[in-house]
Amino acid sequence: MSDHSPLPLTRRGLLAAGGALVVTVSLARPLPAQTGDGGGARPPKPAPGSLAQTPRLDAWVRIGADGAITVFTGKAELGQGIRTALLQVAAEELRVPPAAITLVTADTARTPNEGYTAGSQSMQNSGTAIRAAAAQARALLAQEAARRLGAPADALGFADKRVTAPDGRTLGYGELAASLDLTVEVPADAPLTAPDRLSVMGQPLPRVDIPAKMTGGAAYVQDLRPEGMLHARVVRPPSPAARLTALDGAAVEAMPGVVAVLRDGDFLAVVADKEYRAVKAMRALASAARWEEPATLPGDTPIPDLLRSLEREVGTVDAKGDAGPIADGPRSLRARFTRPYQLHGSIGPSCAVAVMGEDGLTVWSHTQGVYPDRKAIAEMLRLPLDRVRVIHTEGSGCYGHNGADDAAADAALIASKLPGRPVRVQWMREQEHAGEPYGPAMMIEAAASLDGNGRIDRWTFDVWSNTHTTRPGGAGALLAARHLAEPFPAEAAAMQITPAGNGDRNAIPLYAIPNTRILWHFLPDMPLRVSALRSLGAYANVFALESMMDDLALLAGADPVEFRLRHLEDPRARRVVELAAERFGWTGAAPAPGFGHGFAFARYKNHAAYLALAVELSVDRGSGRVRMTRATAAIDSGEIVNPDGIRNQTEGGIIQAMSWTLFERAVYDDTRVTSVDWASYPILRFASVPDRIDVHIVERPGDPFLGTGEAAQGPTAAAIGNAIRSATGLRLRDLPFTPDRVREPTASG
Amino acid sequence: MAIDLTVNGTPQRVEADPDTPLLYVLRDDLGLNGAKFGCGLGQCGACTVMVDGRAVLSCVTPVLLMQGRAVTTVEGLGTAEAPGPMQRAFIEEQAAQCGYCIPGMMMRAQALLQERPDADDAAIRRALEFNLCRCGTHMRILRAIRRAADTMRHAETAAPNGRAG
Repeated sequence: MSDHSPLPLTRRGLLAAGGALVVTVSLARPLPAQTGDGGGARPPKPAPGSLAQTPRLDAWVRIGADGAITVFTGKAELGQGIRTALLQVAAEELRVPPAAITLVTADTARTPNEGYTAGSQSMQNSGTAIRAAAAQARALLAQEAARRLGAPADALGFADKRVTAPDGRTLGYGELAASLDLTVEVPADAPLTAPDRLSVMGQPLPRVDIPAKMTGGAAYVQDLRPEGMLHARVVRPPSPAARLTALDGAAVEAMPGVVAVLRDGDFLAVVADKEYRAVKAMRALASAARWEEPATLPGDTPIPDLLRSLEREVGTVDAKGDAGPIADGPRSLRARFTRPYQLHGSIGPSCAVAVMGEDGLTVWSHTQGVYPDRKAIAEMLRLPLDRVRVIHTEGSGCYGHNGADDAAADAALIASKLPGRPVRVQWMREQEHAGEPYGPAMMIEAAASLDGNGRIDRWTFDVWSNTHTTRPGGAGALLAARHLAEPFPAEAAAMQITPAGNGDRNAIPLYAIPNTRILWHFLPDMPLRVSALRSLGAYANVFALESMMDDLALLAGADPVEFRLRHLEDPRARRVVELAAERFGWTGAAPAPGFGHGFAFARYKNHAAYLALAVELSVDRGSGRVRMTRATAAIDSGEIVNPDGIRNQTEGGIIQAMSWTLFERAVYDDTRVTSVDWASYPILRFASVPDRIDVHIVERPGDPFLGTGEAAQGPTAAAIGNAIRSATGLRLRDLPFTPDRVREPTASG
Repeated sequence: MAIDLTVNGTPQRVEADPDTPLLYVLRDDLGLNGAKFGCGLGQCGACTVMVDGRAVLSCVTPVLLMQGRAVTTVEGLGTAEAPGPMQRAFIEEQAAQCGYCIPGMMMRAQALLQERPDADDAAIRRALEFNLCRCGTHMRILRAIRRAADTMRHAETAAPNGRAG
């Protein structure tokens, strides 16, 4: 695992790293967002992944004179298996075993800037770029070998990092690379290996990071212990708008092992020699602080009332034909759906290590975006960009924008006040629960009508939502920066309607409907801090859309699967729907009493992976308990790099979304968040785990990568809702489906 | 104060404030990464280790109580080069996504299977109720534990191994 062990924290290491910093800066082109050509828009023809921003071959692949191969990605391992999949892609094109490659992941001093590891785009962006760069490197090696060996390039063989001519003469990759210029741009038509010749891609290569994680190896940022490291804890304001009115930290400073008590405005922290001493000092400091707490939270205001009161702007996501208004009648439906605020809920609370050295600040963070995080931290500390280095080091799974960036900012701020001492900040459980940005509450009002042939002719879909992206950005995105005596305010949120979608993600039905009108009712203010939670708006939008499809099928007297196929023209969409139905054994026959079957489909973002899902569950109306017994998914995420990785991500997506759907709702009063631990924010435990989940993967050799990680969330919510309706006749439209909502109403009401 | 305990078969003397949770002693004083900080409240199981053969939540167990006891962490089950039966089963089933909760799961399962080598699926699920996984790796975790149980039962009949204190 030496290829991704955290770097030793020595001055020499820092200096060496600092020297490499200039390289990547000069390799990069500005990102599209910086050149103002519309960050979210898709380019007219398929772009060669992140080569569009970073075209130079040696930004992605380097071959040393000793034959050592290093591959660079700006994406980060988040537990999704990207390290393994990228190694497979590079190994395939370089004709070497994956173990022969050192892969360097997101690090502002070493790797390309690939923005955030988010949106299920790592394979499209980084996978595509690395594949093309590796293929071009192999072609250059072959060309050079052909020249020196006097043999035709297409007659050469590749093995053991050597190129061999038909007569047996060979040259090593190192000696060939020494005379090659790899500072060239990767051409758009780099010679990719033909689909029928692939031997590493498409195989279930075991994850390279798993053995260390199973045996106590240093695998996480939490495991870093540089020499002289101090332990810090922050004391957060107890509510979002709280202001510090009085603090007497003298007693805390006198506690055993306490090195520093820090205050900058409303930012409070303690630093101690040992971890538990920092925890005790944190508690003492919290007791010593007096806060003024304005009531800014929604209390018990129902989600629909809250969201309507926050609406300031309406944007048209899509409109065609004449959709509305849709009159109530025997051939039309109208319904309202809600989703509460929900947590990322990482099992390991956020953590970061930082040190202010003579040559600048280094931060180890499980951030999803080392470059944006560096920019925000540099702004907060008023440091030039080249004095800050952010190195991705794995944390617990994040599932979107959790506390990672904020913990990195905490560590950076504290380290900046204690030059020369590495500082580790570990958030407590209640800090992660109450302090992470949530998946936004949402509401959808949908209406639809059928024509005389049982087809949908009109469809309206109104989404109420905040933005789902408050990532850095500027320093104002960081909690610590907002609390400083000279605070950085949060950036004002703006509605942006893009093909990938945000709060409106997947609000447009993929079904063929002649008259549609989709609106986003935009909420700029966020009483609870919100940001990207896996699949953004797609979770609630697909839930609403696919619940409507089920009820419309019922209205049309059609089988739910057949009804979907009736409206699906894209053959790849039809294929996953048919495959999931077939493998599940979807016959349309009534399930056993107490059981229900539910079906749902979506193409993530309407341009990424296709996923159809059928579930079986049992419902006990007496207790209100729902238990999913089995699920069958079919997924098409383009060309397969690692089928077991796709399965693992899809199983995980289904189970996590099942937890959101059955159990999860953030709670708060009018001042404080009260979801502060796993008792006040319960999630799925083993008793609720299905008996089986089957994932069937459609093979698409030679097709572009479509990404996997966020395909299942929306369909899972809808399939569960549809199965509950199938079991009980009860249509649930407010998430989560907790027992109080499922239980048979008693006579007393 | 000084506390004498055995960790993964090796006697250790640690200097720590007596109320320090065992978790911090294992991680910070002994440099063992296996047990994880998850909640500090005994709610998630990420910190699970074995003490004298039983699963214990190390984040809420003061080190004071460890005097003379035998603690086993995931490091005591094997190494990346020579994984023990439980670890091998998790690797073979690829039973991890982020992997953060997994050592706690393994220690809970190890304690169960040492106590009840024939534990069935219901018993495994019951034991794991203490442990949270957020990535949704549950199906694979259950498969891995069943696989480990098979391996350990076979090993038990051949030659007793795969046990940890």
